[in-house]
Amino acid sequence: MKTNYTIPFIVLTVILLVLFCVNISLGSISISFKTIVSSFFTDTELLSSKEYIIQNYRLPKAITAILVGSGLGISGLLMQTLFRNPLAGPFVLGITSGASLGVALVILGSSIFGGFLATFLLTKWSLVIAASLGSFLVLLLVLIVSSKVRDTMAILIIGLMFGSITAAIVSVLSYFSSAEQLQQYIFWGFGSLGDLDWSEVQVFTVIYTIGIIFSVLSIKGLNTLLLGENYAKSLGLNIKQSRLLIIIATSLLAGTITAFAGPIAFIGLAIPHVTRQVFNTSNHKTLLPAVFLFGAIIMLICDSIAQLPNTDYLLPINAITSLIGAPVVVWLLVRQRKMVF
Amino acid sequence: MPEHIKHTILKTENLTIGYTSKKEDTIVASNITIALKKGELVGLVGGNGIGKSTLLKTLTKVQSPINGAVFINEKQLKTFSNLELAKTLSLVLTEPIAAKNLTVFELVALGRQPYTNWVGNLSDKDLEIINKAIDQTTIADLKHKKCFELSDGQLQKVMIARALAQDTDLIILDEPTSHLDMYHKAYILKLLQKLAKDTGKTILFSSHEIDLAIQLCDSMIVMSEQGIVSDTPCNLIEKGAFSKLFPEDMIVFDEKTGSFRVKK
Repeated sequence: MKTNYTIPFIVLTVILLVLFCVNISLGSISISFKTIVSSFFTDTELLSSKEYIIQNYRLPKAITAILVGSGLGISGLLMQTLFRNPLAGPFVLGITSGASLGVALVILGSSIFGGFLATFLLTKWSLVIAASLGSFLVLLLVLIVSSKVRDTMAILIIGLMFGSITAAIVSVLSYFSSAEQLQQYIFWGFGSLGDLDWSEVQVFTVIYTIGIIFSVLSIKGLNTLLLGENYAKSLGLNIKQSRLLIIIATSLLAGTITAFAGPIAFIGLAIPHVTRQVFNTSNHKTLLPAVFLFGAIIMLICDSIAQLPNTDYLLPINAITSLIGAPVVVWLLVRQRKMVF
Repeated sequence: MPEHIKHTILKTENLTIGYTSKKEDTIVASNITIALKKGELVGLVGGNGIGKSTLLKTLTKVQSPINGAVFINEKQLKTFSNLELAKTLSLVLTEPIAAKNLTVFELVALGRQPYTNWVGNLSDKDLEIINKAIDQTTIADLKHKKCFELSDGQLQKVMIARALAQDTDLIILDEPTSHLDMYHKAYILKLLQKLAKDTGKTILFSSHEIDLAIQLCDSMIVMSEQGIVSDTPCNLIEKGAFSKLFPEDMIVFDEKTGSFRVKK
């Protein structure tokens, strides 16, 4: 009666675990598998330098990659269902722009506030808060507009417009800020998975988990919304509450990810579509964990490529995701002629 | 079911429908008193722009009445919670469903949403009701097809199955026969007649297929400039309700055949 997806789930989990190990073993210096395993069990004070690299650099980076990939994929899925538009995603709808604006205001605007406040504003935590607030505000704005205009294309255009407004504000701010601040903002914009220490990974994981819990709670609402809002209402769904739940989940996920790892393009849009190629269903109970696995896997692959194995170069992760993500979306469009969701 | 215990599912009292805006109330129709009985197939007919949609929207709590009240099972409509209403009244709308990638089974299963737990798991009882709805609408062979693979006629049957799976006393359909060819128009309305009889549900639909509705409905609601009348099709023909439906210089109602003729 129902298609069973147990096998793809097992295969994907195995791939994820393998890629996780591969990702950790790759880097500017090669580290043997034995060292990797031993580093997990060695006391912090007795670490060799290679083990130290694993424990304090590569492991948090790999975990960040998983959180970023899965989180962006899930927020893309949520947006596509909420707006019933296959082109929706945290990037297209301007949520990422909102986060960027928040971060730009903090980094570039810190000179305006000056003094003690500036030192406070430049901590990682203030970036996180600014990015989350920024993305939440934009999403709220998009939602208010979407309740007035019923045309979903208009909402996407509004999202894009917000992107240009952000770009404009950022260029005004950068005109007044120092070269150092500008550099900091530009580097943030490249995206990076490797800048996080353990305490940051912990906070990231906590907020991410809250976002995932909200997503899981919206599964039923998401499935009902597949019929459109009028039908969903006739099925007794509290539309406002479900919408809010979905928005909070998305802004928590997309907001913190952008805050900790920078604006990562295309993953949010592409992952749900890639997932639907394997899991041919619209049921979010299946799609949500599947998107989680695909997002994590693809992000680990992107990170491994960005690492340029055995070299000292580290390419900007944002460039890699776009290089992989954009052709995937084009390929899907050409293959199916239209995107169904 | 014996005639005397057929009770009223939906009734309206002195209902005035229309739109309220800040400036003024636009009244579409007033003094509407209708009563739908259990197991009846009721057709709502009237010309374009006469207010059929407004009436249906008012009866389904999409918009509130300007005056008067709607009662479902003796309970005033405005006191229903969303979930309560979802267990009493199911809809088939004219708007297309948003996600055409759903399979027929998944779509029908969504009708069980008001009854399922927080992730929407289907119990054995849910599955039983879904499969019954699929059998009653003869769509078992389409069960695993995607909605975008279906013809309009097939999709309409699936939407009716979804409404059946919602297991409500009352099903309201907004123009279920538009976009369909003549065969499927008759097929869908005949299916509705059979479902009303077999399941004891009250089915109300709006339609422009007046001649088909006259042949198949237990009672009809006719909306015209002169007001709203509700009765059995035969009585309505006797009263001449249909001849007032459209301007008589173009088409006339032939009482003998129960259909309209274009004036030559």
